[in-house]
Amino acid sequence: MSDRLGLRLDQKVIVEIITPGATVLDLGCGTGELLAELVKEKHVSGEGIEIDDQAILECVAKGLNVFHDDIDRGLSEYGDRSFDFVILNQTFQQVKRPDEVLKEALRVATKVIVGFPNFATLATRFQLGIRGRVPVTPSLPYEWHDTPNLHFLSILDFIDYCRKRHIRIEKAFYFNAKKRIRTFPNAFAHVGVFLVTKG
Amino acid sequence: MMTARGGGGLGIVETKYQTFAQDNGFATVGGKTLSPVTLAYETYGELNADRSNAVLVLHALTGDAHAAGFHKGDKGPGWWDNMIGPGKAFDTDKYFIICSNVLGGCRGSTGPSSINPATGKPYALDFPLVTVGDMVNAQRHLVDYLRIERLLSVAGGSMGGMQALQWVVSYPERVRSVIPIATTATHSPQQIAFNEVGRQAIMADPNWNDGNYYGRELPAKGLSVARMIGHITYMSDLSMSEKFGRRFRNGHSGFSFDPDFEVEGYLQYRGDNFIKRFDPNSYLYITKAIDYFDLANGKGLLQEVLRGVEARFLVIAFKSDWLYPAHQSQETAKACKRAGVKAIYAELNSTWGHDAFLIEVEEQAHLITHFLKNVSGGI
Repeated sequence: MSDRLGLRLDQKVIVEIITPGATVLDLGCGTGELLAELVKEKHVSGEGIEIDDQAILECVAKGLNVFHDDIDRGLSEYGDRSFDFVILNQTFQQVKRPDEVLKEALRVATKVIVGFPNFATLATRFQLGIRGRVPVTPSLPYEWHDTPNLHFLSILDFIDYCRKRHIRIEKAFYFNAKKRIRTFPNAFAHVGVFLVTKG
Repeated sequence: MMTARGGGGLGIVETKYQTFAQDNGFATVGGKTLSPVTLAYETYGELNADRSNAVLVLHALTGDAHAAGFHKGDKGPGWWDNMIGPGKAFDTDKYFIICSNVLGGCRGSTGPSSINPATGKPYALDFPLVTVGDMVNAQRHLVDYLRIERLLSVAGGSMGGMQALQWVVSYPERVRSVIPIATTATHSPQQIAFNEVGRQAIMADPNWNDGNYYGRELPAKGLSVARMIGHITYMSDLSMSEKFGRRFRNGHSGFSFDPDFEVEGYLQYRGDNFIKRFDPNSYLYITKAIDYFDLANGKGLLQEVLRGVEARFLVIAFKSDWLYPAHQSQETAKACKRAGVKAIYAELNSTWGHDAFLIEVEEQAHLITHFLKNVSGGI
Protein backbone atom coordinates (compact mmCIF):
# COMPACT_ATOMS: atom_id res chain seq x y z
CA MET A 1 0.00 0.00 0.00
CA SER A 2 2.93 2.41 -0.35
CA ASP A 3 3.77 4.68 -3.21
CA ARG A 4 6.98 6.26 -4.32
CA LEU A 5 7.17 8.42 -1.21
CA GLY A 6 7.42 5.29 0.87
CA LEU A 7 4.25 6.26 2.70
CA ARG A 8 0.95 4.47 2.43
CA LEU A 9 -2.13 6.29 1.12
CA ASP A 10 -3.59 6.65 4.60
CA GLN A 11 -0.32 8.17 5.83
CA LYS A 12 -0.20 10.53 2.87
CA VAL A 13 -3.68 11.89 3.60
CA ILE A 14 -2.63 12.48 7.19
CA VAL A 15 0.30 14.55 5.94
CA GLU A 16 -2.21 16.57 3.92
CA ILE A 17 -4.55 17.09 6.86
CA ILE A 18 -1.89 18.35 9.26
CA THR A 19 -1.42 22.10 9.10
CA PRO A 20 2.07 23.56 8.66
CA GLY A 21 3.94 24.26 11.88
CA ALA A 22 1.46 22.31 14.00
CA THR A 23 2.30 20.50 17.24
CA VAL A 24 1.76 16.79 16.78
CA LEU A 25 1.74 13.73 19.04
CA ASP A 26 1.86 10.40 17.21
CA LEU A 27 0.58 7.58 19.42
CA GLY A 28 2.17 4.33 18.34
CA CYS A 29 4.50 6.00 15.89
CA GLY A 30 6.20 2.77 14.84
CA THR A 31 9.45 3.35 13.02
CA GLY A 32 8.61 7.01 12.56
CA GLU A 33 8.14 7.41 8.78
CA LEU A 34 4.94 9.43 9.18
CA LEU A 35 6.33 11.69 11.88
CA ALA A 36 9.57 12.19 9.97
CA GLU A 37 7.62 13.14 6.84
CA LEU A 38 5.49 15.58 8.86
CA VAL A 39 8.61 17.21 10.27
CA LYS A 40 10.10 17.48 6.80
CA GLU A 41 7.03 18.52 4.78
CA LYS A 42 4.91 20.39 7.28
CA HIS A 43 7.61 21.54 9.72
CA VAL A 44 5.67 20.18 12.66
CA SER A 45 6.89 20.16 16.20
CA GLY A 46 6.28 16.52 16.87
CA GLU A 47 6.83 13.70 19.28
CA GLY A 48 5.92 10.07 19.26
CA ILE A 49 5.10 7.34 21.73
CA GLU A 50 6.07 3.78 20.83
CA ILE A 51 6.36 0.53 22.77
CA ASP A 52 8.51 -1.53 20.43
CA ASP A 53 12.22 -1.59 21.38
CA GLN A 54 13.54 -1.85 17.85
CA ALA A 55 11.19 0.82 16.54
CA ILE A 56 12.47 3.30 19.13
CA LEU A 57 16.01 2.88 17.81
CA GLU A 58 14.82 3.60 14.28
CA CYS A 59 12.88 6.68 15.39
CA VAL A 60 15.93 8.11 17.12
CA ALA A 61 17.96 7.42 13.98
CA LYS A 62 15.45 9.60 12.12
CA GLY A 63 16.04 12.41 14.61
CA LEU A 64 12.60 12.16 16.20
CA ASN A 65 11.64 12.91 19.80
CA VAL A 66 10.13 9.63 20.91
CA PHE A 67 9.10 8.12 24.24
CA HIS A 68 9.32 4.46 24.99
CA ASP A 69 5.94 3.89 26.59
CA ASP A 70 2.61 2.07 26.46
CA ILE A 71 -0.16 4.39 25.24
CA ASP A 72 -2.69 2.43 27.29
CA ARG A 73 -0.99 3.94 30.35
CA GLY A 74 -2.58 7.23 29.47
CA LEU A 75 -1.34 10.65 28.58
CA SER A 76 -1.57 12.08 32.07
CA GLU A 77 1.67 14.01 31.80
CA TYR A 78 0.25 16.09 28.98
CA GLY A 79 -1.91 19.09 29.74
CA ASP A 80 -5.28 19.75 28.10
CA ARG A 81 -5.01 20.85 24.49
CA SER A 82 -1.24 20.76 24.52
CA PHE A 83 -1.13 19.57 20.90
CA ASP A 84 -2.82 20.70 17.71
CA PHE A 85 -3.12 17.09 16.54
CA VAL A 86 -2.90 13.63 18.06
CA ILE A 87 -2.48 10.83 15.54
CA LEU A 88 -3.81 7.36 16.31
CA ASN A 89 -3.08 5.67 13.01
CA GLN A 90 -3.36 1.90 12.87
CA THR A 91 -2.95 1.76 16.63
CA PHE A 92 -6.54 2.38 17.74
CA GLN A 93 -7.47 -1.24 17.19
CA GLN A 94 -4.31 -2.46 18.97
CA VAL A 95 -4.62 -0.76 22.35
CA LYS A 96 -6.21 -2.53 25.29
CA ARG A 97 -8.56 0.34 26.10
CA PRO A 98 -9.46 2.25 22.95
CA ASP A 99 -12.17 4.22 24.80
CA GLU A 100 -9.68 5.57 27.34
CA VAL A 101 -6.99 6.26 24.77
CA LEU A 102 -9.31 8.16 22.44
CA LYS A 103 -10.80 10.10 25.36
CA GLU A 104 -7.32 11.13 26.48
CA ALA A 105 -6.31 11.95 22.92
CA LEU A 106 -9.32 14.26 22.63
CA ARG A 107 -8.29 15.91 25.88
CA VAL A 108 -4.68 16.66 24.99
CA ALA A 109 -5.30 17.68 21.39
CA THR A 110 -7.53 20.09 19.52
CA LYS A 111 -8.02 17.49 16.79
CA VAL A 112 -7.43 13.74 16.62
CA ILE A 113 -6.77 11.66 13.52
CA VAL A 114 -7.88 8.03 13.86
CA GLY A 115 -7.01 5.46 11.21
CA PHE A 116 -7.90 1.78 11.35
CA PRO A 117 -8.53 -1.25 9.14
CA ASN A 118 -12.20 -1.75 8.18
CA PHE A 119 -13.43 -5.17 9.25
CA ALA A 120 -16.53 -5.12 7.01
CA THR A 121 -15.01 -5.17 3.53
CA LEU A 122 -16.49 -7.56 1.03
CA ALA A 123 -13.33 -9.64 1.23
CA THR A 124 -13.63 -10.08 5.01
CA ARG A 125 -17.37 -10.73 4.74
CA PHE A 126 -16.72 -13.42 2.16
CA GLN A 127 -13.96 -15.09 4.15
CA LEU A 128 -15.93 -15.10 7.37
CA GLY A 129 -19.50 -15.38 6.12
CA ILE A 130 -19.01 -17.85 3.28
CA ARG A 131 -15.75 -19.65 3.90
CA GLY A 132 -16.16 -19.52 7.68
CA ARG A 133 -12.56 -18.46 8.28
CA VAL A 134 -11.09 -15.55 10.21
CA PRO A 135 -10.32 -12.99 7.47
CA VAL A 136 -6.75 -12.37 6.36
CA THR A 137 -6.57 -9.40 3.97
CA PRO A 138 -3.96 -6.81 2.97
CA SER A 139 -5.22 -4.43 5.67
CA LEU A 140 -5.76 -7.23 8.19
CA PRO A 141 -2.71 -9.31 7.35
CA TYR A 142 -2.33 -11.27 10.56
CA GLU A 143 -3.24 -14.84 11.45
CA TRP A 144 -5.72 -15.23 14.28
CA HIS A 145 -3.04 -16.62 16.59
CA ASP A 146 -0.39 -14.01 15.86
CA THR A 147 -1.91 -10.56 15.70
CA PRO A 148 -1.45 -7.25 17.49
CA ASN A 149 -5.06 -6.30 16.71
CA LEU A 150 -7.28 -6.58 19.75
CA HIS A 151 -10.41 -4.93 18.41
CA PHE A 152 -12.22 -5.34 15.13
CA LEU A 153 -14.44 -2.58 13.89
CA SER A 154 -16.03 -1.42 10.68
CA ILE A 155 -16.33 2.08 9.30
CA LEU A 156 -20.00 2.16 10.25
CA ASP A 157 -19.07 0.96 13.76
CA PHE A 158 -16.73 3.90 14.17
CA ILE A 159 -19.21 6.44 12.86
CA ASP A 160 -21.80 5.12 15.29
CA TYR A 161 -19.25 5.04 18.13
CA CYS A 162 -18.47 8.72 17.55
CA ARG A 163 -22.14 9.63 17.47
CA LYS A 164 -22.79 7.89 20.78
CA ARG A 165 -19.83 9.59 22.45
CA HIS A 166 -20.51 13.03 21.01
CA ILE A 167 -17.32 12.99 19.00
CA ARG A 168 -17.59 15.15 15.92
CA ILE A 169 -16.28 13.71 12.64
CA GLU A 170 -14.90 16.65 10.68
CA LYS A 171 -13.51 14.71 7.74
CA ALA A 172 -13.36 11.10 6.63
CA PHE A 173 -11.20 9.41 4.03
CA TYR A 174 -11.46 5.86 2.81
CA PHE A 175 -8.88 3.84 0.90
CA ASN A 176 -8.24 0.51 -0.63
CA ALA A 177 -4.76 -0.61 -1.62
CA LYS A 178 -4.43 1.70 -4.58
CA LYS A 179 -6.87 4.54 -4.33
CA ARG A 180 -9.43 6.54 -2.47
CA ILE A 181 -12.89 5.02 -2.10
CA ARG A 182 -15.84 7.36 -2.32
CA THR A 183 -18.84 5.01 -2.59
CA PHE A 184 -20.01 2.36 -0.14
CA PRO A 185 -16.83 2.64 1.93
CA ASN A 186 -18.03 0.19 4.53
CA ALA A 187 -17.98 -2.52 1.85
CA PHE A 188 -15.08 -1.42 -0.31
CA ALA A 189 -12.58 0.50 1.81
CA HIS A 190 -9.78 -1.39 3.54
CA VAL A 191 -8.84 1.55 5.71
CA GLY A 192 -10.67 4.53 7.19
CA VAL A 193 -9.01 7.75 8.34
CA PHE A 194 -11.12 10.16 10.40
CA LEU A 195 -10.41 13.67 11.61
CA VAL A 196 -12.36 14.08 14.84
CA THR A 197 -12.81 16.61 17.62
CA LYS A 198 -14.80 16.80 20.82
CA GLY A 199 -18.41 17.38 19.81
CA MET B 1 45.77 14.88 24.80
CA MET B 2 45.87 11.77 22.71
CA THR B 3 49.18 10.93 21.17
CA ALA B 4 49.52 7.59 19.43
CA ARG B 5 46.56 5.72 18.02
CA GLY B 6 46.52 1.98 17.90
CA GLY B 7 44.09 -0.68 16.86
CA GLY B 8 41.15 1.67 16.28
CA GLY B 9 41.27 2.97 19.83
CA LEU B 10 42.70 6.08 21.39
CA GLY B 11 46.04 4.59 22.31
CA ILE B 12 47.99 6.18 25.12
CA VAL B 13 46.35 9.10 26.93
CA GLU B 14 47.33 11.27 29.88
CA THR B 15 45.41 12.79 32.74
CA LYS B 16 45.65 16.58 33.02
CA TYR B 17 45.00 18.82 35.97
CA GLN B 18 43.49 22.26 36.23
CA THR B 19 43.87 24.30 39.39
CA PHE B 20 41.74 27.35 40.11
CA ALA B 21 40.36 29.48 42.95
CA GLN B 22 43.86 30.19 44.20
CA ASP B 23 43.03 33.80 45.07
CA ASN B 24 39.28 34.01 45.37
CA GLY B 25 38.28 30.73 46.99
CA PHE B 26 35.69 28.36 45.59
CA ALA B 27 32.43 28.79 47.49
CA THR B 28 30.54 25.60 48.18
CA VAL B 29 26.78 25.39 48.17
CA GLY B 30 27.04 24.69 51.89
CA GLY B 31 28.69 28.06 52.48
CA LYS B 32 32.33 27.00 52.95
CA THR B 33 35.34 28.10 50.92
CA LEU B 34 38.01 25.94 49.34
CA SER B 35 41.24 27.32 47.99
CA PRO B 36 42.81 26.19 45.74
CA VAL B 37 40.80 23.60 43.87
CA THR B 38 42.24 21.09 41.40
CA LEU B 39 40.25 19.01 38.96
CA ALA B 40 41.71 16.09 37.07
CA TYR B 41 40.49 15.66 33.52
CA GLU B 42 41.25 13.99 30.22
CA THR B 43 40.39 15.00 26.69
CA TYR B 44 40.08 12.97 23.52
CA GLY B 45 39.67 14.26 19.98
CA GLU B 46 40.06 17.83 18.81
CA LEU B 47 38.09 21.00 19.36
CA ASN B 48 36.76 22.41 16.08
CA ALA B 49 37.28 25.96 14.85
CA ASP B 50 34.19 27.46 16.47
CA ARG B 51 34.61 25.38 19.61
CA SER B 52 31.15 23.88 19.21
CA ASN B 53 31.87 20.16 19.26
CA ALA B 54 32.77 19.60 22.90
CA VAL B 55 31.05 16.84 24.85
CA LEU B 56 31.51 16.63 28.62
CA VAL B 57 31.41 13.09 29.97
CA LEU B 58 30.95 12.59 33.69
CA HIS B 59 31.74 9.47 35.66
CA ALA B 60 29.89 7.41 38.23
CA LEU B 61 30.52 6.96 41.95
CA THR B 62 33.89 5.26 41.84
CA GLY B 63 34.99 6.35 38.40
CA ASP B 64 37.58 8.91 37.44
CA ALA B 65 38.71 11.14 34.61
CA HIS B 66 40.30 8.24 32.74
CA ALA B 67 37.33 7.34 30.60
CA ALA B 68 39.07 5.98 27.52
CA GLY B 69 42.38 4.99 26.03
CA PHE B 70 45.30 3.55 27.97
CA HIS B 71 47.59 4.97 30.59
CA LYS B 72 51.16 3.93 30.03
CA GLY B 73 51.74 0.56 31.57
CA ASP B 74 48.06 -0.17 32.24
CA LYS B 75 46.61 -3.46 31.12
CA GLY B 76 43.08 -2.17 30.79
CA PRO B 77 41.67 1.00 29.20
CA GLY B 78 39.46 3.70 30.68
CA TRP B 79 36.01 2.87 32.05
CA TRP B 80 34.07 3.85 28.91
CA ASP B 81 36.60 2.94 26.25
CA ASN B 82 33.89 0.96 24.47
CA MET B 83 31.91 4.19 24.01
CA ILE B 84 34.64 6.81 23.44
CA GLY B 85 37.05 6.69 20.55
CA PRO B 86 37.36 6.95 16.79
CA GLY B 87 34.11 5.81 15.19
CA LYS B 88 32.52 5.00 18.55
CA ALA B 89 29.37 6.54 20.08
CA PHE B 90 31.34 9.53 21.38
CA ASP B 91 33.28 9.76 18.17
CA THR B 92 36.66 11.38 18.73
CA ASP B 93 36.97 11.91 14.99
CA LYS B 94 34.06 14.36 15.23
CA TYR B 95 33.83 15.55 18.80
CA PHE B 96 36.10 16.85 21.52
CA ILE B 97 35.41 14.66 24.53
CA ILE B 98 36.24 15.91 28.00
CA CYS B 99 36.00 13.68 31.04
CA SER B 100 36.21 15.42 34.36
CA ASN B 101 36.79 14.04 37.84
CA VAL B 102 34.73 15.36 40.75
CA LEU B 103 35.30 17.69 43.64
CA GLY B 104 35.57 15.51 46.74
CA GLY B 105 37.16 12.73 44.72
CA CYS B 106 40.55 11.10 45.16
CA ARG B 107 41.75 10.58 41.64
CA GLY B 108 43.69 13.78 41.19
CA SER B 109 41.03 16.26 42.28
CA THR B 110 40.70 18.14 45.54
CA GLY B 111 39.06 15.99 48.17
CA PRO B 112 39.39 14.83 51.76
CA SER B 113 42.72 13.14 51.01
CA SER B 114 44.20 16.36 49.57
CA ILE B 115 46.54 18.46 51.67
CA ASN B 116 44.81 21.34 53.46
CA PRO B 117 47.06 24.37 52.86
CA ALA B 118 46.10 25.76 56.26
CA THR B 119 47.44 22.75 58.16
CA GLY B 120 49.82 21.02 55.79
CA LYS B 121 47.96 17.78 56.49
CA PRO B 122 45.15 15.99 54.64
CA TYR B 123 41.72 17.60 55.11
CA ALA B 124 40.10 14.33 56.23
CA LEU B 125 36.73 15.27 57.72
CA ASP B 126 37.62 18.95 57.77
CA PHE B 127 36.83 18.85 54.08
CA PRO B 128 33.46 20.57 53.57
CA LEU B 129 30.46 18.48 52.56
CA VAL B 130 30.05 18.80 48.79
CA THR B 131 26.97 18.48 46.65
CA VAL B 132 26.50 17.49 43.02
CA GLY B 133 25.92 21.22 42.50
CA ASP B 134 29.43 21.85 43.84
CA MET B 135 30.88 19.21 41.53
CA VAL B 136 29.22 20.90 38.56
CA ASN B 137 30.26 24.41 39.67
CA ALA B 138 33.86 23.23 39.83
CA GLN B 139 33.57 21.62 36.39
CA ARG B 140 32.27 24.90 35.01
CA HIS B 141 35.63 26.42 35.89
CA LEU B 142 37.28 23.72 33.82
CA VAL B 143 34.97 24.33 30.86
CA ASP B 144 35.66 28.09 31.14
CA TYR B 145 39.38 27.36 31.23
CA LEU B 146 39.03 25.29 28.03
CA ARG B 147 37.23 28.34 26.57
CA ILE B 148 34.11 26.48 25.59
CA GLU B 149 31.02 28.70 25.50
CA ARG B 150 28.47 26.00 24.91
CA LEU B 151 28.90 22.27 25.33
CA LEU B 152 27.37 20.20 22.55
CA SER B 153 26.35 17.69 25.17
CA VAL B 154 26.81 16.62 28.78
CA ALA B 155 26.54 12.90 29.31
CA GLY B 156 26.97 10.31 32.01
CA GLY B 157 25.62 7.22 33.69
CA SER B 158 24.50 6.87 37.29
CA MET B 159 26.20 9.67 39.28
CA GLY B 160 27.47 10.95 35.92
CA GLY B 161 23.86 11.29 34.82
CA MET B 162 23.04 13.29 37.96
CA GLN B 163 25.90 15.65 37.19
CA ALA B 164 24.64 15.95 33.60
CA LEU B 165 21.15 16.84 34.84
CA GLN B 166 22.58 19.32 37.32
CA TRP B 167 24.61 20.90 34.52
CA VAL B 168 21.56 21.69 32.42
CA VAL B 169 19.71 23.10 35.42
CA SER B 170 22.63 25.14 36.80
CA TYR B 171 23.94 26.33 33.44
CA PRO B 172 21.13 26.00 30.86
CA GLU B 173 22.75 28.43 28.45
CA ARG B 174 26.02 26.43 28.43
CA VAL B 175 24.49 23.10 27.37
CA ARG B 176 22.90 22.15 24.04
CA SER B 177 21.90 18.63 25.01
CA VAL B 178 21.92 16.24 27.93
CA ILE B 179 22.29 12.46 28.02
CA PRO B 180 21.38 11.11 31.47
CA ILE B 181 21.76 7.34 31.57
CA ALA B 182 20.62 4.92 34.27
CA THR B 183 20.10 7.73 36.70
CA THR B 184 17.58 9.70 38.70
CA ALA B 185 16.56 13.25 39.51
CA THR B 186 16.75 12.38 43.18
CA HIS B 187 17.68 9.39 45.31
CA SER B 188 14.97 7.16 46.69
CA PRO B 189 15.13 5.97 50.32
CA GLN B 190 16.32 2.58 49.07
CA GLN B 191 19.25 4.17 47.25
CA ILE B 192 20.14 6.26 50.29
CA ALA B 193 19.91 3.14 52.45
CA PHE B 194 22.40 1.20 50.36
CA ASN B 195 24.84 4.10 50.49
CA GLU B 196 24.37 4.40 54.25
CA VAL B 197 25.25 0.75 54.76
CA GLY B 198 28.43 1.32 52.79
CA ARG B 199 29.30 4.38 54.87
CA GLN B 200 28.61 2.54 58.12
CA ALA B 201 30.87 -0.29 56.99
CA ILE B 202 33.74 2.15 56.49
CA MET B 203 33.12 3.92 59.78
CA ALA B 204 32.86 0.59 61.62
CA ASP B 205 36.35 -0.39 60.53
CA PRO B 206 38.70 -0.35 63.56
CA ASN B 207 41.20 1.69 61.53
CA TRP B 208 38.66 4.37 60.65
CA ASN B 209 39.77 6.73 63.45
CA ASP B 210 37.21 9.44 62.56
CA GLY B 211 38.69 9.77 59.11
CA ASN B 212 42.24 10.38 60.35
CA TYR B 213 43.84 7.30 58.91
CA TYR B 214 46.28 8.88 56.47
CA GLY B 215 49.78 7.59 56.98
CA ARG B 216 48.47 4.77 59.17
CA GLU B 217 46.53 1.52 58.77
CA LEU B 218 43.75 2.22 56.33
CA PRO B 219 40.12 1.19 56.95
CA ALA B 220 40.56 -1.23 54.06
CA LYS B 221 38.18 -3.90 55.28
CA GLY B 222 35.38 -1.42 55.80
CA LEU B 223 35.85 0.02 52.34
CA SER B 224 36.01 -3.52 50.98
CA VAL B 225 32.61 -4.35 52.46
CA ALA B 226 31.15 -1.11 51.11
CA ARG B 227 32.47 -2.02 47.69
CA MET B 228 31.02 -5.53 47.90
CA ILE B 229 27.57 -4.08 48.57
CA GLY B 230 28.05 -1.74 45.65
CA HIS B 231 28.94 -4.58 43.29
CA ILE B 232 25.85 -6.53 44.22
CA THR B 233 23.63 -3.55 43.51
CA TYR B 234 25.26 -3.00 40.12
CA MET B 235 24.46 -6.50 38.90
CA SER B 236 21.12 -8.21 38.41
CA ASP B 237 19.82 -11.54 39.66
CA LEU B 238 20.12 -12.89 36.15
CA SER B 239 23.59 -11.52 35.46
CA MET B 240 24.87 -12.94 38.73
CA SER B 241 23.38 -16.33 37.92
CA GLU B 242 25.04 -16.27 34.54
CA LYS B 243 28.35 -15.02 35.87
CA PHE B 244 28.70 -17.15 38.97
CA GLY B 245 25.89 -19.60 39.42
CA ARG B 246 26.38 -21.72 42.48
CA ARG B 247 29.83 -22.66 41.30
CA PHE B 248 32.57 -23.30 43.79
CA ARG B 249 36.01 -21.84 43.41
CA ASN B 250 38.04 -24.91 44.17
CA GLY B 251 35.72 -27.79 44.49
CA HIS B 252 33.62 -28.26 47.56
CA SER B 253 35.54 -29.59 50.52
CA GLY B 254 33.59 -29.28 53.71
CA PHE B 255 31.88 -26.19 55.06
CA SER B 256 33.70 -23.02 56.01
CA PHE B 257 33.28 -19.28 56.22
CA ASP B 258 36.07 -18.72 53.74
CA PRO B 259 34.94 -17.65 50.29
CA ASP B 260 33.89 -20.99 48.84
CA PHE B 261 31.56 -19.83 46.15
CA GLU B 262 32.81 -18.08 43.03
CA VAL B 263 30.59 -15.11 43.75
CA GLU B 264 32.14 -14.78 47.20
CA GLY B 265 35.62 -14.94 45.75
CA TYR B 266 34.74 -12.30 43.17
CA LEU B 267 33.31 -9.92 45.74
CA GLN B 268 36.24 -10.34 48.09
CA TYR B 269 38.75 -9.80 45.29
CA ARG B 270 36.98 -6.69 44.05
CA GLY B 271 36.47 -5.38 47.56
CA ASP B 272 40.03 -5.96 48.71
CA ASN B 273 41.50 -4.31 45.64
CA PHE B 274 39.37 -1.21 45.91
CA ILE B 275 41.54 0.38 48.61
CA LYS B 276 44.39 0.52 46.11
CA ARG B 277 42.60 3.16 44.09
CA PHE B 278 39.96 4.75 46.27
CA ASP B 279 40.04 6.82 49.43
CA PRO B 280 37.49 5.74 52.08
CA ASN B 281 36.74 9.38 53.03
CA SER B 282 36.00 10.19 49.39
CA TYR B 283 33.54 7.31 49.37
CA LEU B 284 31.74 8.96 52.29
CA TYR B 285 31.72 12.42 50.75
CA ILE B 286 30.65 11.32 47.29
CA THR B 287 27.86 9.00 48.46
CA LYS B 288 26.58 11.80 50.68
CA ALA B 289 26.61 14.17 47.74
CA ILE B 290 24.47 11.86 45.63
CA ASP B 291 22.13 11.15 48.54
CA TYR B 292 21.53 14.88 48.94
CA PHE B 293 21.01 15.34 45.20
CA ASP B 294 17.56 16.64 44.33
CA LEU B 295 17.26 18.21 40.91
CA ALA B 296 13.97 19.84 41.85
CA ASN B 297 15.88 21.32 44.76
CA GLY B 298 13.15 20.77 47.26
CA LYS B 299 10.82 22.93 45.19
CA GLY B 300 8.65 19.89 44.56
CA LEU B 301 7.80 19.66 40.90
CA LEU B 302 10.64 18.70 38.59
CA GLN B 303 8.99 20.31 35.57
CA GLU B 304 9.22 23.73 37.20
CA VAL B 305 12.99 23.43 37.29
CA LEU B 306 13.07 22.30 33.64
CA ARG B 307 10.67 24.89 32.27
CA GLY B 308 12.34 27.08 29.67
CA VAL B 309 15.28 24.74 29.22
CA GLU B 310 16.19 24.68 25.55
CA ALA B 311 18.53 21.73 25.66
CA ARG B 312 17.39 18.47 24.13
CA PHE B 313 17.36 15.39 26.37
CA LEU B 314 18.19 11.77 25.58
CA VAL B 315 17.07 9.87 28.67
CA ILE B 316 18.18 6.24 28.72
CA ALA B 317 17.25 3.53 31.21
CA PHE B 318 17.87 -0.20 31.36
CA LYS B 319 15.09 -2.64 32.05
CA SER B 320 17.04 -4.87 34.46
CA ASP B 321 18.53 -2.00 36.46
CA TRP B 322 16.99 -2.36 39.89
CA LEU B 323 19.34 0.07 41.62
CA TYR B 324 18.34 2.99 39.42
CA PRO B 325 15.06 1.59 38.11
CA ALA B 326 13.59 2.76 34.83
CA HIS B 327 10.67 4.50 36.54
CA GLN B 328 13.10 7.13 37.84
CA SER B 329 14.21 7.90 34.28
CA GLN B 330 10.55 7.92 33.24
CA GLU B 331 9.93 10.62 35.86
CA THR B 332 12.64 12.76 34.31
CA ALA B 333 11.20 12.16 30.84
CA LYS B 334 7.69 13.00 32.02
CA ALA B 335 8.91 16.18 33.65
CA CYS B 336 10.48 17.13 30.31
CA LYS B 337 7.13 16.55 28.60
CA ARG B 338 5.26 18.67 31.14
CA ALA B 339 7.84 21.42 30.86
CA GLY B 340 7.75 21.42 27.07
CA VAL B 341 11.38 20.27 26.86
CA LYS B 342 12.29 18.26 23.75
CA ALA B 343 13.24 14.80 24.91
CA ILE B 344 13.72 11.19 23.93
CA TYR B 345 13.10 8.41 26.42
CA ALA B 346 14.38 4.93 25.62
CA GLU B 347 14.34 1.84 27.82
CA LEU B 348 16.94 -0.65 26.69
CA ASN B 349 16.93 -4.38 27.07
CA SER B 350 19.78 -5.78 29.03
CA THR B 351 20.19 -8.42 31.68
CA TRP B 352 23.23 -6.73 33.22
CA GLY B 353 21.45 -4.54 35.73
CA HIS B 354 22.84 -1.12 36.64
CA ASP B 355 26.22 -2.00 35.10
CA ALA B 356 24.57 -2.24 31.68
CA PHE B 357 25.54 1.29 30.67
CA LEU B 358 29.17 0.25 30.99
CA ILE B 359 28.87 -3.18 29.43
CA GLU B 360 25.99 -3.59 27.01
CA VAL B 361 26.68 -0.59 24.82
CA GLU B 362 25.46 -1.44 21.34
CA GLU B 363 21.96 0.03 21.47
CA GLN B 364 23.09 2.83 23.75
CA ALA B 365 25.77 3.68 21.20
CA HIS B 366 23.23 3.70 18.37
CA LEU B 367 21.02 6.16 20.24
CA ILE B 368 23.88 8.44 21.21
CA THR B 369 25.48 8.41 17.76
CA HIS B 370 22.26 9.55 16.12
CA PHE B 371 21.33 11.94 18.89
CA LEU B 372 24.66 13.77 18.77
CA LYS B 373 24.50 13.91 14.99
CA ASN B 374 21.07 15.49 15.17
CA VAL B 375 21.92 17.97 17.88
CA SER B 376 25.08 19.09 16.12
CA GLY B 377 23.17 19.47 12.86
CA GLY B 378 25.25 16.74 11.33
CA ILE B 379 28.71 18.28 11.60
